[in-house]
Amino acid sequence: MSIFSYNGAAVVAMAGKECVAIGSDLRFGVQTQTITCDTPKVFRIHDKLYLGLSGLLTDAQTLHEKLMFRHNLYKLREERDMKPSTFGHMLSNALYERRFGPYFAAPVVAGLEPDGTPFLCGMDTIGAMEKAKDFMITGTSPESLYGMCESMWRPDMEPDELFETVAQCLMSGFDRDALAGWGAVIHVITKDKVISRTLKTRMD
Amino acid sequence: MAESQYSFSLTTFSPSGKLVQIEYALNAVAAGATSLGISAADGVVIATEKKLPSTLVDESTVQKIMTITPSIGVVYSGMGPDFRVLVRRARKTAQTYYQTYKEHIPVAQLVRETAAVMQEFTQTGGVRPFGVSLMMAGYDDNGPQLYQIDPSGSYFAWKASAIGKNMTNAKAFLEKRYSDEVGIEDAVHTALLTLKEGFEGQLSGANIEVGVVGPNRSFKVLTEAEVNDYLQEVE
Repeated sequence: MSIFSYNGAAVVAMAGKECVAIGSDLRFGVQTQTITCDTPKVFRIHDKLYLGLSGLLTDAQTLHEKLMFRHNLYKLREERDMKPSTFGHMLSNALYERRFGPYFAAPVVAGLEPDGTPFLCGMDTIGAMEKAKDFMITGTSPESLYGMCESMWRPDMEPDELFETVAQCLMSGFDRDALAGWGAVIHVITKDKVISRTLKTRMD
Repeated sequence: MAESQYSFSLTTFSPSGKLVQIEYALNAVAAGATSLGISAADGVVIATEKKLPSTLVDESTVQKIMTITPSIGVVYSGMGPDFRVLVRRARKTAQTYYQTYKEHIPVAQLVRETAAVMQEFTQTGGVRPFGVSLMMAGYDDNGPQLYQIDPSGSYFAWKASAIGKNMTNAKAFLEKRYSDEVGIEDAVHTALLTLKEGFEGQLSGANIEVGVVGPNRSFKVLTEAEVNDYLQEVE
């Protein structure tokens, strides 16, 4: 049993035309037992920056708390929100600091830069960062998620199209995964608002 | 007077509420060569007298204006060795910031961190305050900025200011000549004229140093030839 599949998760983020969408499943389970179906794996840092974390849930939660801590101090000192690219680098640095005793979490960062360009990046558990122009995924069934995203993504999607695409990729991706699913939440981030939708899915 | 009874120890307040060692550090600054800075609408200029102890000193090896990041430079009045230590610390702070965020440190943040270091040395046992005041100039997302940092660790943003030997006259001169719409070229001329006021002898590219940062966000120390060109325009 891998420590990365102890809890189970599925996270998908995609870039559209001056918008990004990020979504995750809602299952919280311990190996085969499902405990709740209201645990999103996507966290808001600020209105234009969301963070998705898969892997061991306790590490994902702690990492999120530590990043909020750092972002809050940054906001107080610099009197501005952190840019998504800056956040990505800071997260990479924070993960590498624990190189020999890592956080068992794999993050996906999705947001809009101050000039409106979408920003997506993903990392492994020790902070190796990879930026993407199309989509980023992480979770316990990466092959299913990659397969769906690769076939369904196309450039310059409007927010509503983007939502549909992320929703279909996420749901079809985690339907074949025993450890992820049980509902989904998707946030679509545009210049002036964030629309969050919760999806009813197969509850198995 | 009662003050001098408390002047030996940095970490003991005098009855009037002063830390006498910091006052004395400010005296060290006031005895140093004059430095000044002017913040223009599209950039910042800092300048200093390069007063050398003897004509035999190779002045091309003396550097009073140092770059901390590509967009931030600093000049001082006071004790040169103390300045170099602070520059090392500031450069490390700036690099640490860059390593974490892959973004160059904003001027105000660097000023805060450097001032914090200077304050540490006013509240620790076994150390003395830094005998320098710094003039930090930089250009970031908030535009051109000029800050002064004192030995106590207090810092102020200025539109124009001077520190060191001739600071009162220099500041009076700057007050008369400063205007918000001044551009960087005019600011350099004003800086040179201000230095000329208190200078014994003839100003030349070899006995002053000038640093400039403009909208290109690249802090540059002017070469001797460039300074001489500006001086000719000012004559």
